[in-house]
Amino acid sequence: MNPPAHVGHVLDAPGAARAGPPLGKTAHRIGPPLWLLLELTYRCPLHCVFCYNPTDFANTGPELTTADWIRVLREARALGAVQLGLSGGEPLARDDLEEIVGAARALGFYINLITSGVGLTEPRIKALKAAGLDHIQLSFQDSTREMNDFLSSTRTFELKSKVAQLIRAHDYPMVLNVVLHRLNIDHVGEILAMAEALGAQYVELANTQYYGWAWLNRDQLLPTRAQLQQAEAVTQRFRERVGTAMQIYFVVPDYFETRPKACMSGLGSVFLAIAPDGTAMPCHAARMLPGLELPNVQATDIGAIWYDSQAFNRFRGDAWMKEPCRSCPEKVKDFGGCRCQAYLLTGDADNADPVCDLSPHHGLVIEAVARAERAAAAPVAAPPRSVRAPGLTFRDHRVSIPVVIEEKRP
Amino acid sequence: MSDTASDIAPGARPAVAHGMRLQWEPAQEAHVLLYPEGMVKLNGSAGQIMSRCDGVRTVADIVADLESTYKQKGLSGDVIAFIALAVQRRWLEVRP
Repeated sequence: MNPPAHVGHVLDAPGAARAGPPLGKTAHRIGPPLWLLLELTYRCPLHCVFCYNPTDFANTGPELTTADWIRVLREARALGAVQLGLSGGEPLARDDLEEIVGAARALGFYINLITSGVGLTEPRIKALKAAGLDHIQLSFQDSTREMNDFLSSTRTFELKSKVAQLIRAHDYPMVLNVVLHRLNIDHVGEILAMAEALGAQYVELANTQYYGWAWLNRDQLLPTRAQLQQAEAVTQRFRERVGTAMQIYFVVPDYFETRPKACMSGLGSVFLAIAPDGTAMPCHAARMLPGLELPNVQATDIGAIWYDSQAFNRFRGDAWMKEPCRSCPEKVKDFGGCRCQAYLLTGDADNADPVCDLSPHHGLVIEAVARAERAAAAPVAAPPRSVRAPGLTFRDHRVSIPVVIEEKRP
Repeated sequence: MSDTASDIAPGARPAVAHGMRLQWEPAQEAHVLLYPEGMVKLNGSAGQIMSRCDGVRTVADIVADLESTYKQKGLSGDVIAFIALAVQRRWLEVRP
């Protein structure tokens, strides 16, 4: 899966008076980890080319036990965590999912299940509903093959259709997430028609973010600017036709922007992710960042992880920032952008996210987009409706490999 | 959505929208409205109004309750304006 776009989306009601320091008068004026994401397992029946899971995931330790996950929930809730994402991998691969949901609901979490729908049967959705699951986000994961299945046959559509019916029959809002990239973005019209046929109320068209497996495949996945503009135009026309019946979010790939995203609202600000082996991370992809001493929930409690650990304090505030961020008035808005992107592209996680056109490394982003343009223009490019595109690496435990960072210092 | 304050009748029965949940969060010292992958932290008066929107009480009941709790008169305009805003944002549903 790709990370949800609205992670830690916290708004104050209009005119809301800001509460005082959230946790009293101690030295930390650090708010609680409002958004907790449990990546319950890296097991997954799919093999997505854009998966953000670490590419060496097959080398991580054993999954936490049910009791460990429930202890994590209790500790995080005590600090004030309230939005809970259950993802993976495919979280339905855990047969204790219902038990984990039940424990989370009893603690007062609002529980979002992020799933491909593979394994979501009538008995399981009933049990999840009874356990208190609040929301299901159905994702189209393996789009390269899956979208082809949909466009060329009815197999995938039948599976998703069945799951969508189950979701609606159990009175959940129908929330669909589709990850876009060069090989499927031209089919946005068909994708939206499919969403409409599935009865979706919310559709998130999320352009791939380039971490993990997607990073390996970036040159094959990054769309061209013309594709992007066409897809946005098609989406806009569709919006005008369906009105408020369906809410569509189109998430632009940040490589086409000139200011970086406020990634995780700043690392260590609201978001806490726990990997299947208990590694705690300030963002899903943080495992790649060098020098980050990621704690494990089996050795350290969530309070110490959140407030005291090196990993969660490393990018708080702005002391770590380099120029042009440090003296930039926009640093309070975007926090310098994404640390992982800065590291992947420039080799230094303290640099400005090179998406920003104030970054001296912005040329790297322009170059990547230009490379995508050239690759898309190449006559040998496989037509999108065919099977695997040449050069793509599908997420698979058999080809679980570490990402090698290219040194790209100027 | 065209819900303005004038569309909110005193006899309407507002309720937290389907799929959303309102709860008091001690860590934030606030009522928080939770929905798929997001949340809204409400200020004190918004929390007081919304926590009374149970689909049973009418707008008039809610106004009367708030006026007696806070020993204030003339809250009707503010309460209705907030309810209209919350309906517009799909935080509340109004049942006739």
